[in-house]
Amino acid sequence: MYARLLTWWTILRICLEERLVYRGDFALGTLMRFLPFITQIFLWSAVFAARDQSPLRGYSYNEMIAYLLLTNISRAFSSMPGLASSIAQQIRNGEIKKFLIQPIDLIGFLLLARVAHKVVYYVVALAPFALVFYLARGFFSGWPDVTTMLAFLVSLVMAFLLGFFLEATIGMVGFWFLEVSSLLFVYQLFSFFLSGQMFPIDILPSAARAAVDLLPVPYLAYFPVAVFLGKVQGTALAWGLLVQAGWVVLFMVASRVALHRGLIRYSGFGG
Amino acid sequence: MAHDVVQAVAHDFGSAAGGLESMSEHPSYLRVFLTFARNSLVRDMTFRTNFLVDVVASLTWVSMQLAFYLLIFAFAPSIGSDWGKYEFLVFLATTLLANSLVGAFFMPNLSEFSELIRTGHLDFALLKPIDTQFLVSFQRIEWSTLANFVFALCLLAFALVHLENPPQAIQWVLFIVYVGCGVAMLYSLMIALSSASVWMGRNQNLYDFWFYITNFSRYPMEIYEGPIGTPLRRAFTFVVPILVVVNVPARMLAQPLSAQNWPLAGFAILATAGSLLGSRWMFVRALASYRSASS
Repeated sequence: MYARLLTWWTILRICLEERLVYRGDFALGTLMRFLPFITQIFLWSAVFAARDQSPLRGYSYNEMIAYLLLTNISRAFSSMPGLASSIAQQIRNGEIKKFLIQPIDLIGFLLLARVAHKVVYYVVALAPFALVFYLARGFFSGWPDVTTMLAFLVSLVMAFLLGFFLEATIGMVGFWFLEVSSLLFVYQLFSFFLSGQMFPIDILPSAARAAVDLLPVPYLAYFPVAVFLGKVQGTALAWGLLVQAGWVVLFMVASRVALHRGLIRYSGFGG
Repeated sequence: MAHDVVQAVAHDFGSAAGGLESMSEHPSYLRVFLTFARNSLVRDMTFRTNFLVDVVASLTWVSMQLAFYLLIFAFAPSIGSDWGKYEFLVFLATTLLANSLVGAFFMPNLSEFSELIRTGHLDFALLKPIDTQFLVSFQRIEWSTLANFVFALCLLAFALVHLENPPQAIQWVLFIVYVGCGVAMLYSLMIALSSASVWMGRNQNLYDFWFYITNFSRYPMEIYEGPIGTPLRRAFTFVVPILVVVNVPARMLAQPLSAQNWPLAGFAILATAGSLLGSRWMFVRALASYRSASS
């Protein structure tokens, strides 16, 4: 048990150090990522001006902007840049072999690397995020109560896990297809438009909304934010968290099965 | 296959430059460009399925964008004061036209240019008997991106049918001229940013920067107003003329011509000339500071 913890700690430490090499670049990049948000503010401000500020499917102007700002937080948890493509690449160029001979679990290793990646990201990105939220504090009507806040944090952690296992599963498809970039593109397309990072999915027409609700992607961006803003409460909240947990478990199992089956299929040649 | 292509390039280069023995003559830029276009097409057609996937992918992407704007117009009759649904679709089509031209002709080349500087392979481009800026700007054409161009034309046709005031011939002429200006401005910004890699070594962030800046050009400039919006609008009009790129041509086509648009239209011509000259100057300066990275 101790040895195992030590291995995990070592992996985590290596990944942390690796991530901190380019911290200045990183902080600047994070701040710049908010630039498109400025255009979004002006776009929605024009939309609400044309509606004489009447709320849009339950969203006031301030709530809409607060929503879009908060999706940056849920995306900071659920986005996994390069995860699926790097798994597929390791399968293709044979690097995956090292996990066959070393006593390290591939998914566990990737998960720790991603945790390290995220921890560094939050530490470095804290200042830019704090600055942007401070400047935009007028759009918020105050802090939610403790229960909501807890549910928000739980949904964020699950958003991270869902993002991780979903992309890991896509990467494992590489055992069968070698190149997953088109599959990944479809996923990114869905996650860009239907996860709620462009607009809250409850403004969609009801039929489209019902279809989107059947997908896992809203739990990557929309759901945590809706929890924070108090759009989901009571039984709906409990049910939502349960469904989110269900998706996490589903993709956790799917990535395991894919890895297991994939390794049976896998054949590595050369050194 | 690859060997044939190389042969064809060598042959065309030789004849385009008027044969190797007469290097002092000017090469025919048009013929060299056509050769580049043909080679890129040959390359794209070698991997036809990949080409089709690229086309479908980029069309899906723009369709999703279109769906987003249609959703917005389900809730608001107009954006800014003048841009109703169909006027905005003309605006969107203009954005797509300009971006698809830049994406097809310049994007792959200029991201390659930063890489040439970083690796030292720019040496090979410098040795060729042709203008280096021309060579690094036009070498590769991304044919699949032109699918978006066709999509934009269809969208434009659809939107114009629904406009109350269909454009007249003169508006079409102005539109084409100003889309050309817009593409030239985007090109200038891009080559200026990638030239900066000579001094910066690596500029991944500059590329993101390009993406983030051009993001401002996607909407009618009237939406930028108020204590933050107005200075922002002025900066992106007069300092980095990114708002002029789509706004001027789209307004020419979607709105009736009006005398109050002329100052901005005149400025757009000046801005185009200024950006082209400025970026050329920067490119030449960058070449002068270039030290080959090869070992």
